[in-house]
Amino acid sequence: MAAGVSKNNISVTLRVWRQAGPGKPGGFVDYPAKNVNSNMSILELLDVVNDELTLKGDEPIAFAHDCREGICGTCSLMIDGKPHGPNQGVASCQTYMRSFEDGAVIVIEPFRAAPFPIVKDLVSDRSAFDRIQQAGGFITVRTGAAPDANSIPVPKADAELAMDAAACIGCGACVAACKNRSAVLFVAAKVSHLGLMPQGQPERDSRVLAMVNTADELGFGSCTNQGECSAACPKMISHDFIVRLNRDYLAASFRSAFCAHAAGGHAE
Amino acid sequence: MAKLDSRIPPGPLAEKWRRHKAEIKLVNPANKRKYEVIVVGAGLAGSSAAATLGELGYKVRCFVFHDSPRRAHSIAAQGGINAAKNYQNDGDSVYRLFYDTVKGGDYRSREANVHRLAEVSVNIIDQCAAQGVPFAREYGGLLANRSFGGAQVSRTFYARGQTGQQLLLGAYSALSRTVGQGLVQLHTQEEMCDLVVIGGQAKGIITRNLVTGKISRWAADAVILATGGYGNVFNLSTYARGSNATAIWRAYKRGACFANPCYTQIHPTCIPVSGDYQSKLTLMSESLRNDGRIWVPKRKEDCKKDPATIAEEDRDYYLERIYPSFGNLAPRDISSRAAKRVCDEGRGVGESGLGVYLDFSDAIKRLGEDTVRERYGNLFDIYHEITNENAYRTPMRIYPAVHYTMGGLWVDYNLMSNLPGLFVLGEANFSDHGANRLGASALMQGLADGYFVIPYTIGDYLASQKPGSRPSTDAPEFKQAEDSVTSIISRLLGAKGTHPVSHFHKRLGHIMWHYCGMARTREGLETALKEIPKLREEFWATVKVPGSADTLNQSLEVAGRVADFLELGELMCRDALTREESCGCHFREEYQHPDGECKRDDANFAHVAAWEYQGAGAEPLRNVEPLVYEAIKMSVRNYK
Repeated sequence: MAAGVSKNNISVTLRVWRQAGPGKPGGFVDYPAKNVNSNMSILELLDVVNDELTLKGDEPIAFAHDCREGICGTCSLMIDGKPHGPNQGVASCQTYMRSFEDGAVIVIEPFRAAPFPIVKDLVSDRSAFDRIQQAGGFITVRTGAAPDANSIPVPKADAELAMDAAACIGCGACVAACKNRSAVLFVAAKVSHLGLMPQGQPERDSRVLAMVNTADELGFGSCTNQGECSAACPKMISHDFIVRLNRDYLAASFRSAFCAHAAGGHAE
Repeated sequence: MAKLDSRIPPGPLAEKWRRHKAEIKLVNPANKRKYEVIVVGAGLAGSSAAATLGELGYKVRCFVFHDSPRRAHSIAAQGGINAAKNYQNDGDSVYRLFYDTVKGGDYRSREANVHRLAEVSVNIIDQCAAQGVPFAREYGGLLANRSFGGAQVSRTFYARGQTGQQLLLGAYSALSRTVGQGLVQLHTQEEMCDLVVIGGQAKGIITRNLVTGKISRWAADAVILATGGYGNVFNLSTYARGSNATAIWRAYKRGACFANPCYTQIHPTCIPVSGDYQSKLTLMSESLRNDGRIWVPKRKEDCKKDPATIAEEDRDYYLERIYPSFGNLAPRDISSRAAKRVCDEGRGVGESGLGVYLDFSDAIKRLGEDTVRERYGNLFDIYHEITNENAYRTPMRIYPAVHYTMGGLWVDYNLMSNLPGLFVLGEANFSDHGANRLGASALMQGLADGYFVIPYTIGDYLASQKPGSRPSTDAPEFKQAEDSVTSIISRLLGAKGTHPVSHFHKRLGHIMWHYCGMARTREGLETALKEIPKLREEFWATVKVPGSADTLNQSLEVAGRVADFLELGELMCRDALTREESCGCHFREEYQHPDGECKRDDANFAHVAAWEYQGAGAEPLRNVEPLVYEAIKMSVRNYK
């Protein structure tokens, strides 16, 4: 193993889900990794294992990754049954080998959910999130049509709370953690972010209806308030936003049923 | 030889953009839908361009290699976005932002482009606020600002430490809306592999679907590249692992000039490399230098000791010693080079010896731990998460790292390259930052280009193209480009070699870092120009790329990108060698003032070097666009 010199090197076994493609059968394969520098991230260990597989003539393990600093939301490993691994408030790329004991067997799987079909090995297709956004995750403003930014004051407390919700990186850990495969924390974060701002009011009803309904149509499950999503979220998005979402959804459903004009501006 | 007409409009600087907008050609609304525009990339520049052009009525296709447009690396920008709003009433103006940016770029940017950037900066903030970007606010509900390097006013807007993510989510929401409305066709996990040029004009692209491996041809009336920077040439950088130069490099090989490739910014405060396996360097905000003191041991033999046991008189606070007036707040390039120098002397700290201490113990004594935590708590947390060290107790270790490239494809005032129909936006072009970019200006440029420049300037080109004259993808140029892509792929898969791609990327990174990094010399660059072609030859002879072309094959993706870096790296060294002066981030040791500042040579090098491809194995041609300063007097950049 090409790891750096360190007093803290460990040996582990990676038990990795291998699957050649969508709909193909999959299974676990063990990869022993010796003399692993504990300051390495788990993705960097996969890089090293993959180089070894390449040299042996085997196909490397496909896994999703990009920024490797916990902000792009690409990495998506289920590590020992937990999305993004044992530590709270971090993405897979921020999970370091010092989180594991010497001799550990580490089980690595993709994020699994019917609306996130597996593409290959540890990569699943999360484009369903994009479709939820396309249904209503925006404030309609044509480029160039905006008023001066300071003509829309936003109370500081609302702006801070909106920012808490906006911190969502769209990784899908919430869905992978949920026994119902619900996307409700994701939708709640998006709906709350925009719904807390004065700019977001005109489309508030149409937005929440369109996003929740689209998530349902895509096959995401319902919420049963277990809180697994918030616990797994790398940005620790609060479960309270789900309460806010439910309130918005109920109010919007009511208004759209009884006062047709109030739900105007529904996404086309 | 390429014709480089910058097409800077006539008239006084402050009037140019307004007049230009009034005079350039328009496409009538009924005709817009007859034009198809390809946008490659969906970071700030690409998303904002695709959404805006879709709104205007053009038929837009947007291609990204990511699985979602929201993942582009604009997302990782931390600090903020500049705008000349003057909400602080502290004397800011469009002129000051323009002046600071030109001066920051060490007088190597194009005056007219930078002035336009400063003008539209105010519109960006309006646009983003209206989209619901959760900017930091004051108690009265109005927008807050912070200060940033290279400016004496407070003009930076921010959203906690994730301004990039919030601005990108704003642009992504605009893009998502237009996709939902059917105005933009989004193609994710579809990587551009070649540009198709017909009759000297850009008329399409070839892509590879990263999941299925399918190669496709796409014809268009115009092609926009917004594919970001090329800092991953260095292998280790603050860029995302996927960031690459393939789109702009293959456009270069089709005739687009590559301007100032050697201008690379190296940020002084990053977490140092900890081992050979490392894939990524993480930036720590420069603001830490406000209260931290930078030092290394005076004696080499103390370097491996616990820093707490090194006596005060045995420490060398080298920035305070060498630059007494600026001390730890010396400009980015100066601080980076000084750190390199002490480490080269063998006085670096940490396992690799490539690190210096950033020590907060004096600040904690002076202000108390709580105040330091309040100011920098999140950064100390990031540091702890990565290194497992508590920076309240032991000094941080930092080292410079590559994090932005100012060079890129050459563009005129309309952001069109020398190939008509090919437009280049954001970090992928060269025009606005000269030889050094100021903090909080990258986000500004990406959104300026996408929201407020290209929607006007693309019309000027399209109006000259007959509606419906778009070529068919059966044209021989498409077939030739597709064949070229498939031949690269089969060559990569066919080389049954002995080394993984990472082996070559690491070695290229070492060469670039040593010879074309923070400090460059003629001798070093000449060495690099010998070593890179050798490494490239070795790559093609001994690389091993497993798997096949018709499925998700990440090794193949990386191999293609590294093959391009192996060519681009050589061009960067060639550019650095021929620019016989120091300016901004391009520091040639031969050309410096006695105090270590860059010694520019305005008589001979006040120009853009735009390289033109001459075929495989042939030396590229160095074209020159003179930089004429009408409004600003060039002077020695001085921050003392």
